[in-house]
Amino acid sequence: MAKARGNGKEVVIAVRGLVVGFGDHIVLDHVDLDVYRGEILGFVGGSGAGKSVLMRTIIGLLPRREGSIRVFGVDLTQASDAERHAIEQRWGVLFQQGALFSSLTVRDNLQFPIREYLELSQRLLDELAVAKLEMVGLDASVLEKFPSELSGGMTKRVALARALALDPEIVFLDEPTSGLDPIGAGEFDELIATLQRTLGLTVFMVTHDLDSLHTVCDRIAVLADHKVIAAGTMDTMLASEHPWLKAYFRGKRSRVGQPGETTRARTT
Amino acid sequence: MSETLLEGTAEGGRLRLAAAGAWIARNARSLEAQIDAATQGRGTINEVRIDMARVERLDTFGAWLLERLVRAFSARGCATKVEGLKADYRSLVDDVHVVKLEEPPVRRTIQLADALASIGHSIVSVGGSFGAFVNLLGALSVVIVRILAQPRRLRFTSMVHQLDNVGWRGVPIIILITFLVGCIIAQQGIFHFSKFGADIYVVDMVGILVLRELGVLIVCIMVAGRSGSAYTAELGSMKMREEIDALQTMGFDPIEVLILPRILALIVGVPILTFLGSMAALYGGGLVCWLYGGIEPSIFIERLKEAISLDHFEVGMIKAPFMALVIGVVSCVEGMNVKGSAESLGLQTTASVVESIFLVIVLDGLFAIFFASIGM
Repeated sequence: MAKARGNGKEVVIAVRGLVVGFGDHIVLDHVDLDVYRGEILGFVGGSGAGKSVLMRTIIGLLPRREGSIRVFGVDLTQASDAERHAIEQRWGVLFQQGALFSSLTVRDNLQFPIREYLELSQRLLDELAVAKLEMVGLDASVLEKFPSELSGGMTKRVALARALALDPEIVFLDEPTSGLDPIGAGEFDELIATLQRTLGLTVFMVTHDLDSLHTVCDRIAVLADHKVIAAGTMDTMLASEHPWLKAYFRGKRSRVGQPGETTRARTT
Repeated sequence: MSETLLEGTAEGGRLRLAAAGAWIARNARSLEAQIDAATQGRGTINEVRIDMARVERLDTFGAWLLERLVRAFSARGCATKVEGLKADYRSLVDDVHVVKLEEPPVRRTIQLADALASIGHSIVSVGGSFGAFVNLLGALSVVIVRILAQPRRLRFTSMVHQLDNVGWRGVPIIILITFLVGCIIAQQGIFHFSKFGADIYVVDMVGILVLRELGVLIVCIMVAGRSGSAYTAELGSMKMREEIDALQTMGFDPIEVLILPRILALIVGVPILTFLGSMAALYGGGLVCWLYGGIEPSIFIERLKEAISLDHFEVGMIKAPFMALVIGVVSCVEGMNVKGSAESLGLQTTASVVESIFLVIVLDGLFAIFFASIGM
C-alpha cells in the first residue's frame, strides 16, 4: 500500500478494520489506514463518503463498531481515560466552520486550551497568544475581537492557531480551504506547509481541494465504496486506472498538465 | 522537582547561559521563572551568549521564551548571541523572532463613573427595546392591512403549525398547573375563612379570582416561558444563520412569513388556553372544597352561579388576546435582536421571558384600572 517513503517511518495513526455505521447504514466498512510521522496526508472521497466520519471517529467524537485505532502506539479503543487525555493533548483539530467559542474573544479562544492544561503567568499567555496569531499570519489587532467579527479566512486562521495552541504533534484539518477564495486557499495551504515544516507536524487533512492535494500533500488516501481504495503519492493516483480515481484526478476540473487531456475535456 | 533548564555563569562583562533539557509547553512554567531570574540583577554585562546545544526538544513555548530572553538582554544594550541551535529549530526560532507584541493593555479600575455609565446604558437600552416594540407593532399593522386586502397571503399552514406548538401541545401542562393553583387557593381560603365561619365565601373568592385574574395570568406566564422563549430562540438562530437575510433577498417579508403567523397563533391560542385553564382551576377549587372543606359539589355550583357573573368571565377572556400580543411581539423583537454569538442568543431569550412576564403584569394592572372605571 504505502510506497517507499512509508518504509522505515514511524506510524503515528494506525487504523485497522474500522467499521462505523448509523443504524442500518454502514459508512466505513473495515477501513485500514496508516499516517506516518511528519507527513501531510490528504484524505479525499466523494461528498457523503465518510471522510469526516473517519476523522471524527479517530478523534473520538463518533463511536466505532469494530476495529482498532492506534495513535502514538496507544489503542484508543482500549485506552483508559487518563491515557486518552494524554493523547488528546498531543493533537489539535481544526473544524470545518472553525468552531471558535462565540462568547470568547480571540485572545480567550487561544488561551483557553493552554489555561486548561498548563499553569502559566498571564504575561506569558498574552505573549503566546500574539506569537501564535503571528504564526498563522494575523497580528495583535484581532486579539480583542469576537469570532462573529472575523471574516471567513480570519476565522480559519484563528481556529488553526487554537488547534496549535498546545503545540500538538498531529493536526486534523477538516476541509481547511473550503469557503476561501483561491488566493486565500493558496495562502492557507502555504501556511499549513510552513507550519508543518517549522513545527514538525503530522497533518491529517480532509479536503476536496485538488490544488491543496497537488501543492502541499505528501501522500493521498482515497475513500470510496466505504473503504480506503488507494493511498500513495499524487503520481500513484494519476497512474491508477480505478474509475473513481480517474474521474477525480483526471476529470475536467483537475489540472493535469497534459495538453491532450485538456483539449479533450474542452471539446466534449 | 523542576530540572535546571538554564544556567548562567558570568565572567566579568560576559554572561554565558547554558540551556538544557526540554524547552516545551509542559516545562514552560518553570522555564519562565528561570528565564526571568536569569535576566534580573546583572548590572554590568555587555555580552550574552546563549548556548542551546544541549536543548533536546523545543516547541513554540520554548522558542518564545528564548526570544523573550534575547529581547530582555537586547533591550539593556547587551550584544546577545544564540549558539548551537539545532537546524530543525532554526525556522521556528526565526518565526517567533519577528513577533511584534501589542502595547500592554491599560487595565482600568472600575470607578463610580463606570457604574453611572452602565446605569445610563441600561436606560438607553430599555428605551431602545421600547422603540423596537412599537416599531414591530407598526410593521405588523401594515402587514395585517396588506393581508386583509389579499387574504391569500396569510401563511395559514405555518399558523396552524405554530398553533399546534403553542396551543395544543401546551394544554396538558397548563391544565395541570392551573388545576393545582385552583386547589391551593381553595385550600388556603377554607383554612383561613373557617376561622370566621365564612367557609362558603371561598367559592366566591375562587370563582372571581380565577376567572378575572389568576387563570389568564398563570396561562400567560406559562406561555411566555414555554412559547415566547421558543420564538426568541427560533428567530434568533435563524438570524444567526442568515436565514432571515435569505428570506429578504428572495423578496419575502420576514414579518409576514415568520412573525405574523407566530403572533396570530398566540392570539388564537392563549384565549383557548385561558378558558381551559380557568375551568381546570375552578374544577380543582371545587374538588378541594368538597374533599377538604366539606362543601358538596352541588352547593359549590349553586354558590358559584350566584357569586360570579358573565362579566367576570369576560374580563379574563378579553385580556387574554392582548397579553398574547404582548408576549408575541416581545419575543419576536428579542429574537430579531440576536447577534452572532451563542451568548447573545441566551441573553435575548432570557430578556424575552423576563420582559414578557413583566409587561403582562403591567398590562394586567392597566386593565384592572380600565375595568374598574367602566364598572365591569
